[in-house]
Amino acid sequence: MSELLERLKEKVSSQFGEALIEGHMDYDFPVLVVAKPQIKDILAYLKAEGFTYLTTLCGIHFPDNVGAEFAMMYQLHSLERNERVRIKTFMSEKDIEMPTITDLWAAANWMEREAFDFYGFKFKGHPNLKRILNMDEMNYHPLRKEYPLEDASRHDKEDKYFGR
Amino acid sequence: MERNIDIHPKYQPEGHEGQGFFATSLDKAVGLARANSLWPLPFATSCCGIEFMATMASHYDLARFGSERLSFSPRQADLLMVMGTISKKMGPILRQVYEQMAEPKWVLCMGACASSGGIFDTYSVLQGIDRIIPVDVYIPGCPPRPEQVLDGILKIQELAKSESTRRRDTEEYKEMLASYGIE
Repeated sequence: MSELLERLKEKVSSQFGEALIEGHMDYDFPVLVVAKPQIKDILAYLKAEGFTYLTTLCGIHFPDNVGAEFAMMYQLHSLERNERVRIKTFMSEKDIEMPTITDLWAAANWMEREAFDFYGFKFKGHPNLKRILNMDEMNYHPLRKEYPLEDASRHDKEDKYFGR
Repeated sequence: MERNIDIHPKYQPEGHEGQGFFATSLDKAVGLARANSLWPLPFATSCCGIEFMATMASHYDLARFGSERLSFSPRQADLLMVMGTISKKMGPILRQVYEQMAEPKWVLCMGACASSGGIFDTYSVLQGIDRIIPVDVYIPGCPPRPEQVLDGILKIQELAKSESTRRRDTEEYKEMLASYGIE
């Protein structure tokens, strides 16, 4: 499978040069790490190259990775050749705005809303960027790894039932 | 083992009996009719709902207690059966369903999740439905067995038999609803 990785690296770097930061295999899965400004162009290019199916996308938070705490991950599938690739792009907490890819794949709509809901990514150009799973009144992004496991300030649980 | 039998096959309210007639108060006659033909609205969101299906099926057969007619419209239901995890986002919907039910109405809360949030001690799950609507009977368990559901229904029947026909006019009831912010 790593020949696929070499082929993809060659293609993307010949088109986008420095925007391809690195590529590696995660077990048998080719992964490309790319620069954020070119992410949408690279995804559009891969779509034109046969990766027509968006398997999934999601947000990632690595709080210890200072300067690049947040990442977006896209996973594409070529149904013709049965090839898969994962694209990642890292960004800092201050610069959490991403271009939307809903115009490339309509399926990205709800998944981008999920990434916004749980991590707070702002997708520029998204037609309906609001919370999808949590209630609208929630004022934080719960999957960020910055909250204590047991929130002492919570008052929606009666401790008397639980012996705490 | 002490046996606690709640089933009264010949339950009959207090009254006067003679040859060919039986006289009792209207409250009791109406209570009897209500109790033995409760129309439940199943608000099933997870595994407790599966256990409820077993309760409805031939082995346990809720029809023996006059509750086989499920009402999927809250406006025609007497009994709201909340079975399963209620997320905070689902909360307002459950409350709306309760508000749409006509009096008299009862609420049965089945299982650990509906009663207290259960194992879902987390930001997205309502920690017990009694935070948003009043509950008459709780069934413990995760999930409870069908026998426990039958027991819960029988407890609701006891309430239906013994409550006054105009429960909604009592000060106590109005106060209780007001404490939930329900008019």
